[in-house]
Amino acid sequence: MSTETLLERINDYAHRADPYPLYAELREHGVARQNDGSFLVGTYHEVAALLHDPRISSDVRHRTDPDEVRARSDGLPPSFIAVDDPEHDRLRRLAMRPFGPPHSPGRIDALHGALVGIAGELIDGFRGRDRIDLVDDFAYPLPVTVICRLLGVPREDMPALRAWTDTVIASLDRSPGEETWERQQAGTAARTEMAEYLGELADRRRADPADDMISALVHDAGPEGPLARWELMTTLTLLMIAGHETTVNLITNGMLTLLRQPDALERLRREPELMPSAVEELLRYEPPVQMLPQRTPLTDIEVGGVTVPRGAPLYLMLASANRDPLRFEDPDRFDPARRDNEHFGFGSGVHSCFGAPLARLEAQVALAALLRRLEGPRLVADPPPYRHSPILRGPRHLLIDCTTKDDGAPGES
Amino acid sequence: MTGELTQGRIVIVGASLAGLRAAETLRAEGFGGELTLVGDEPHPPYDRPPLSKQVLLGRVAAADAGLPARRPVDAHWKLGVRASGVDPVTKEVLLADGGRLPYDRLLIATGTRARPWPNPEEARLDGVLTVRTMEDAAGLAERLDAGPRRVLVIGAGFTGSEIASACRERGLAVTVAERGPAPLVGALGGTLGAFAARLQRAHGVHLRCGVTVTSLLGSGGRLTGAEFSDGTRIEADVAVVALGAVRNTEWLADSGLAAGPRGLACDAGCRAFTMYGIVTDDVFVAGDVARFPHPLFEYQMLSLEHWGNAVEQAEVAAHNMVSPGPRRRPHLAVPAFWSSQFGLNIKSVGVPTFSDQVTIAQGSVEEGRLVVVYGYRGRVTAAVSVNRAKWLEHYRRLIETAAPFPPAPGAADRPEAPRVVPSDVPDPKVLSHGPTVALTGHLPDRRLAVVRPAG
Ligand SMILES: Cc1cc2nc3c(=O)[nH]c(=O)nc-3n(C[C@H](O)[C@H](O)[C@H](O)COP(=O)(O)OP(=O)(O)OC[C@H]3O[C@@H](n4cnc5c(N)ncnc54)[C@H](O)[C@@H]3O)c2cc1C
Ligand code: HEM
Repeated sequence: MSTETLLERINDYAHRADPYPLYAELREHGVARQNDGSFLVGTYHEVAALLHDPRISSDVRHRTDPDEVRARSDGLPPSFIAVDDPEHDRLRRLAMRPFGPPHSPGRIDALHGALVGIAGELIDGFRGRDRIDLVDDFAYPLPVTVICRLLGVPREDMPALRAWTDTVIASLDRSPGEETWERQQAGTAARTEMAEYLGELADRRRADPADDMISALVHDAGPEGPLARWELMTTLTLLMIAGHETTVNLITNGMLTLLRQPDALERLRREPELMPSAVEELLRYEPPVQMLPQRTPLTDIEVGGVTVPRGAPLYLMLASANRDPLRFEDPDRFDPARRDNEHFGFGSGVHSCFGAPLARLEAQVALAALLRRLEGPRLVADPPPYRHSPILRGPRHLLIDCTTKDDGAPGES
Repeated sequence: MTGELTQGRIVIVGASLAGLRAAETLRAEGFGGELTLVGDEPHPPYDRPPLSKQVLLGRVAAADAGLPARRPVDAHWKLGVRASGVDPVTKEVLLADGGRLPYDRLLIATGTRARPWPNPEEARLDGVLTVRTMEDAAGLAERLDAGPRRVLVIGAGFTGSEIASACRERGLAVTVAERGPAPLVGALGGTLGAFAARLQRAHGVHLRCGVTVTSLLGSGGRLTGAEFSDGTRIEADVAVVALGAVRNTEWLADSGLAAGPRGLACDAGCRAFTMYGIVTDDVFVAGDVARFPHPLFEYQMLSLEHWGNAVEQAEVAAHNMVSPGPRRRPHLAVPAFWSSQFGLNIKSVGVPTFSDQVTIAQGSVEEGRLVVVYGYRGRVTAAVSVNRAKWLEHYRRLIETAAPFPPAPGAADRPEAPRVVPSDVPDPKVLSHGPTVALTGHLPDRRLAVVRPAG
């Protein structure tokens, strides 16, 4: 028996390629208090209950530990992913106006053609090569191009946004290390710079609107009035970061899973209409967001027979809940046709993923294009090297040997 | 699985939401025999909720409200044919056209119809309408298109309120007459009733509560106005009678089944009772026409007019029709309902009328976003959200586990301890103080009701 706590072991990079046995252990233990006073919950029904419980805050300023509170109190105020209702509700609603139903029901569908085009161009770039890095050559540029196009970020600014995003993501990593503090400082600085950039971009769109979401946000405010400038800055920063990092991992985890399961891959080639359900299964089986580390009870609450005190860090282990045998039949099996698949890949409750319709579409289009055009794809290394983060988990690189077909599919250009 | 249950002849009477979903479930669960659906409306199954919402706003044509099929059902469809009776001895459904349909198992899903205006002569005036069917909604939409000077809505339940909302959204003058003290009060009690009254007035509805319409006035066969119980009169070109629903059970009068104005009674497994209270094993019921015991509500017989209940009950009934005893499931779903009106999304879980107290657990009336939680004898029995639907899942759990009322304080958007007030709904039936029942298990085939001793 290891002396490390479960959380330490989950955070330990050595377990990044396969954390699932640790999650099984977690489910055995029930709600697990760690030495640092935090609590891990990894069983489906308990996670579900907590995701819907109005007494669970997403705002870490409610933590008892003053360091945590301080760490989040400098720099910009938090964005809506990290605040509670009614503030969260108002900000999310205003952000939704130009993004989805009921006010903008067509925005995501309208991206379909562009998405197919971007995926096609990226794959065209593989021609003449017999080895690709799926991450750098495809899974990363695809969602970044899409979110930039959606928001209206000029192409030439994309590298700067990439650098800021990487720094912010690195700072989310709470696993202990020498540079935790430095990482956090750098993250705060990068987030602020990014927010200032996006605020200035919004100012430009205010003066000179274009057909993009930022213009819509500043011009079509609705009855509740527009977002304040700082709210606009934090919201755009959130969309940029959330729209960046997660979809990369869904596409990459998707290809990795399919290359490990040739039967499933062949089946999806034969029955492309299964793709939407296969993407749901990926979100269950290899969720890009493995856990939600930001929750805090506002009052003592009881979960699975354990009292979690007010102010304690509460980790909701989505990836573990997704494999709970009390909820899913044969949970460790990847079944692209699985029904009854209410997974937590996008969370659940009021904070459930804002970008889910976009992320689903991106993954479906991306994986379909890859399956259609890559011939004889083979993994070069299994497991591949992973990114550091145990939270936003996915391969750093995914080398694949293959040849690339021209796209013969009709009407897909 | 026993072969004979997946074979034979199944007849479904009522070809609407519950009938269709049951047919689909029967096939999904392996029923390979002969399946017949009888419906007195000439249309394939369609969806009713849009009829008082999008259809009246002209966003969807009434004829386009069809229900999407989930899977092929491979059935004989007898549409435009009314069933006039059941012969339980020969096991036949009698049809109004003189035909007889033999069955091995029968599902009754004949739903409800709109309660008509009590004075038949006045009800025949041109301009007096009800809204239950596709034709009704198309007719009303046409009248609203014509720009009537004033619409009178009689009854401020959900349907009446939604119709009033559509009228206001179209800029039409509308008077709502409600016998009770406020709109929705019969379904949601005093707190939300008062909220709804303010809401309607803020949207320019001429709301008249505590009065009844005593007569509809006409001239030359056309509606011209109405007179109220306090002697006042208004002019109106259209009157929508929204006085609730009548269960379609008359055709069962000679069937020997426990059918009456409150519905056809069945057990938790959707099997119909005979008039002697003996449970049948070949006649099943689902949807708005059913009356069924619910353990969470002290086994009272509930009759619900909820879309979600029709679907879930149809699925359970169909499952039980093709499953042997030990594999049968109870219909334990927590009732749920939604409505959209005056720009708000109202959602309910549990049975709000089964309550003695309420509290605002989240949000506030002032914000126009709130969750009201209902309790009965110290446990949570229902919750209703206004523009806060995503939280209801939490309260559904509290209802299922018979959690104490009021719920523990501490919600982020309602930090102070909530104030508890009387629910002001018609008292639940007088009940003996019994043990508490909660639901356990999350998968449909593992759900159980557990009884906790009183105390
Ligand atoms: C205007 C309107 C708005 C609504 N809005 C909502 C909403 O927002 N949310 C919600 O949860 N619910 C709503 N409902 C309720 C919901 O539509 C019903 O719960 C649902 O339709 C019930 O389905 P059912 O199949 O049990 O009954 P029904 O839909 O009533 O169908 C019964 C069918 O059986 C037929 N029938 C009756 N007698 C016979 C016979 N003797 N022989 C042959 N056929 C017969 C009827 O003509 C009908 O076609 C609304 C209903 C209406 C009318
Ligand atoms: C596969 C891709 C994605 C996954 C797996 C994912 C996952 C998640 C999860 C689990 C949450 C819940 C966070 C919480 O409860 O604390 C969330 C929230 C969020 N996501 Fe995503 N996401 C993805 C893509 C996107 C995209 C493309 C966007 C932007 C367009 C986006 C925007 C957001 C936002 C704004 C929130 C916060 C919502 C709120 O707090 O109300 N996500 N996402």
